[in-house]
Amino acid sequence: MTGQPLPPPDAPIAGQGDAKGTSPGPTTLRPARPRWRETLGLLARNPTAAVASVVLLLIVVLAVFDDTFAPEGANEISVTDRLQSPSWSHPFGTDDLGRDILSRVILGASVSLKVGFLAVGFALVAGTLIGLLAGYYGRWVDDVLMRVMDMLFAFPAVLLAIAVLAVRGPGSGNTALAIGIVYTPIFARVTRASVLGVREEVYVRASRSVGASDWRILTRHILPNAAPPIIVQTSISLAFAVLAEAALSFLGLGTQPPNPSWGLMLAEGRGYIELAWWLAFFPGMAIFLTVLCFNLLGDGLRDALDPRQRTLMAGGGR
Amino acid sequence: MFALVHLVPGDPVRLALGTRFSQESYDALRERSGLDQPLLEQFFGWAGRALSGDLGVSFRSGETVTSQIAERLPATLTLALASILVALVIAIPLGTISALRPRSIIDRIATVISQFGISVPDFWMGIVLILVFAGTLGWLPSGGYVPISEDPGAWLQRLLMPALVTGVVSGSVITRFVRSSVLEALGSDHVRTAQAKGLPTRQVFTWHVLRNALLPLVTVTGVQLAYLLSGVVVVEIVFSWPGLGQLALQAVQARDYPVLQGAILLFALVFLVINLVVDLLYTAIDPRIRR
Repeated sequence: MTGQPLPPPDAPIAGQGDAKGTSPGPTTLRPARPRWRETLGLLARNPTAAVASVVLLLIVVLAVFDDTFAPEGANEISVTDRLQSPSWSHPFGTDDLGRDILSRVILGASVSLKVGFLAVGFALVAGTLIGLLAGYYGRWVDDVLMRVMDMLFAFPAVLLAIAVLAVRGPGSGNTALAIGIVYTPIFARVTRASVLGVREEVYVRASRSVGASDWRILTRHILPNAAPPIIVQTSISLAFAVLAEAALSFLGLGTQPPNPSWGLMLAEGRGYIELAWWLAFFPGMAIFLTVLCFNLLGDGLRDALDPRQRTLMAGGGR
Repeated sequence: MFALVHLVPGDPVRLALGTRFSQESYDALRERSGLDQPLLEQFFGWAGRALSGDLGVSFRSGETVTSQIAERLPATLTLALASILVALVIAIPLGTISALRPRSIIDRIATVISQFGISVPDFWMGIVLILVFAGTLGWLPSGGYVPISEDPGAWLQRLLMPALVTGVVSGSVITRFVRSSVLEALGSDHVRTAQAKGLPTRQVFTWHVLRNALLPLVTVTGVQLAYLLSGVVVVEIVFSWPGLGQLALQAVQARDYPVLQGAILLFALVFLVINLVVDLLYTAIDPRIRR
């Protein structure tokens, strides 16, 4: 049986001192800022993460220049081309209204990614702010903010999003808001935990002792050093946001027809599943591929940003 | 949640009565359902009755909320328990073997499987399974639910596909936790000491590795079970599975406040009970926590 020796959990991480800040070595006097060039280098050397990044970049380019890349208009109806199977003229086939599925999948990328980025952007800003304040100020601020987050967290995610959409009405913007609200507690928890790990570091105490304002300490010292888990969480949340948007649109609560959204296309294709499999297959593959790439990128980022993993990778092992 | 439920726009009484109704019947239903009272009064009235097990009456069907929940509960419990069983059957062997043989071919296969399970939309997997097993092969029915007491064979046939879909997704999440917790236990000092003492590999694994790896496994299984008991609305719809998720979704769409409040209260209770059970299991697994 082969065991993988790991350092004890409370061992100081190179260049950071211990989590409690009680036995700072000389290296803790300077904040250990994430080394971006090194991180990107490690990410590039991780083949799965590198491939995932390239595929994601391609999907983003397709989404941004959707009108250029889509062979036909997403809503161009052609009765004579109804339910055509995949062919050279329509590589992903056509739907019940004769619309080109490939064009709709490309335009659907734009909708799905837009909702995903907006939702995670909202959750990132709100959750990080809440987590920063709760972790830094502690006491009643922490209690009040985190109990509210716990309440939101206790709701089943899909039902909470459905309830928000019931209040606000369906549509892409409201879907983004609903998903953003659902993911805010996760960012708040991740940020708070990360802040608790760095708030007593020597460089924070030193900054406080020379009279730096709370805002400066939070933005210049704590946030950059608490950032790695938040960045990893962002990538993973983007994957879940794309999935959630698809699920809500599948239920008819997200993006509304005739706008193409992968989830909506799946719902429309479900009725024709035995007659025309391609209607549901290709949008599903698009969701799967995008979510997979965000997840793989998240894993790669975690490996690259985790100092323990970084040391192991640099040493040739894992 | 009470406030959020009541923020949902639309008049539930109007929705319950349909298009043709008189002002008298509208007023009568409004009064009977307590919607003519101030919101705070409605809340305390509802909370007081809920404490005695009375969750009110559905605006839509006129049935009691408890009877509607009781009707849906067996289907939800069946699917959740079957799914967690599928998940554990996948996750424990796969996560353990891949941790015991890191970077081996089996580890890579386990990683691919878990990445697939985490990334695949469950409702899409459901549609594909229906296409293959119900449409092309004709082996299984495409959906529905039959109680086990009525026909065990039909019950199992209808359970297989939804349990597989939700089980694969949960199993993928649990596999990752099992792998990392077994890896961490393998690298700990007490395991190294046990190996140095010359204890048989099986004994080291069962008593020192697996027992320590159980704690995170119990936590993540609890979280997954809570999710399965409350959050598989979309899979329920794909397989026409009459569970609580579908009931809650229909309640949102019909602005059926009592049913929605009842369902969410139940989900919150499930969450609390599972957390309590997880805590109790902790003390059973790890004697250090008891002290």
